[in-house]
Amino acid sequence: MGAASIIILAIAAIAFSVIALLISKLVLKAGTNEQKGEPYECGIPTKGPSWIQFNVGYYLFALIFLIFDVELIFLYPWAVVVKSVGWLALIEVVIFFFILFMGFLYAHKKGALKWQ
Amino acid sequence: MWSLENITKSVDSWLNLQFSPTIAFLIEAVIIMVLVIGLFAFLGLVLVYMERKVSSFMQIRLGPNRVGPMGIFQTAADTLKLIVKEGFTPNNVDKFLFNLAPFIVMVVAMVVLAPFAFSKGFQIWDVNVGIFFITAVSSLGVIGILTAGWSSNNKYSLLGAMRSGAQIVSYELSAGLTILVIVMLTGSLRISDIINAQADGWWIFKGHIPAIIAFVIYIIAATAETNRAPFDMAEAESELTAGFHTEYSGMKFALFFLAEYANVFIVCAIGATLFLGGWMPLHFGENNWFNTIMDYIPGIVWFFGKAFFLIFVIMWFRWTFPRLRIDQLLNLEWKYLLPISLFNLLLATVIAITGWHF
Repeated sequence: MGAASIIILAIAAIAFSVIALLISKLVLKAGTNEQKGEPYECGIPTKGPSWIQFNVGYYLFALIFLIFDVELIFLYPWAVVVKSVGWLALIEVVIFFFILFMGFLYAHKKGALKWQ
Repeated sequence: MWSLENITKSVDSWLNLQFSPTIAFLIEAVIIMVLVIGLFAFLGLVLVYMERKVSSFMQIRLGPNRVGPMGIFQTAADTLKLIVKEGFTPNNVDKFLFNLAPFIVMVVAMVVLAPFAFSKGFQIWDVNVGIFFITAVSSLGVIGILTAGWSSNNKYSLLGAMRSGAQIVSYELSAGLTILVIVMLTGSLRISDIINAQADGWWIFKGHIPAIIAFVIYIIAATAETNRAPFDMAEAESELTAGFHTEYSGMKFALFFLAEYANVFIVCAIGATLFLGGWMPLHFGENNWFNTIMDYIPGIVWFFGKAFFLIFVIMWFRWTFPRLRIDQLLNLEWKYLLPISLFNLLLATVIAITGWHF
């Protein structure tokens, strides 16, 4: 089908969602009251805004993830040619992993992998 | 012989004979859309029912048994209920992002299906970077989850989305590294090449120890990536009500729910394709009676059988392991699974180069 299949499937997904939402709009009978629009927090009135600062730990993990994810992308073309390149490919990836692993150990030593 | 490959080919040639190429292409596009939407409806109905029946089986209770025989119409009744519920947008939410988020997760869940081989020659797009396409697109799903959690203006949603984001991106690494093991053994990213390489035995059998380690890590990472128990921190219902989709209701919630189950199917289908041979039948040795019998079972049955077996395993996990805390969950990935899969990749390199696999 070619690259057009991405567009076809995306259109299918959007059409499916829109039709589902439209059907539910058509059969809808809804009332309204004062409390209806409030955020759901188990019935207790909310205190303060919800767009707040959150734990910095998530950010640290996102940063380490970025390094490893880029490394993963570099490995895909390597993995395809491993068989034809032979032992040289292994030596190269061992060097690559060694550098990466030093960085990983550094992050570990700095406590970036510890949940705080 | 009757096969899905012949049917698709004959439909394609007939359409091109009857109509101009553009119209034939459009008709094929519509056929694909209908099939994919049908698959999604089927998955939604079957997987929810299966989840509830498997849960009840594990807990020695009956499960749904009122609506229809053995409760098989339970999910249809649930869908009907969700249709008549109000798709409500609360005050103070970021309206645009709030309404966009279900579309993002649905589009991602559907687009990722493009390179899947359901049977021999029954594939929407046999692209040369198939498995890379799947990993790339499926990792976009986390954007929908973060959008939903952030725009909801609810502290539960925000916490759930952040946990879910940290978890999905972390486990993506080990999933990607285990996929690399199979890519290396096959030497190709094309899905049909990966499956054809397993004609004389699935990779889990002939890939030696690295393939088995990779399979186990892949299943763990797949469970975590779909936010399922024991990794369901993101929607731990006893502390966050529903995580990132707390504020969603009606059909918008149903779209999230459907995408979630579709993602369970997708990760299990990838696992089945890479490790269990996709639509390849089970073969032992050379031409014997067993292989002949197995060849009679159509490929699509094999594919869905393997995928549903893995789905059953993932549902089984849910009732076997207690939920992990967020720090335990990230420890498991960063201190155990990631180093293990890195060394497993080196081991697999040695095996791929020396050709020690069977």
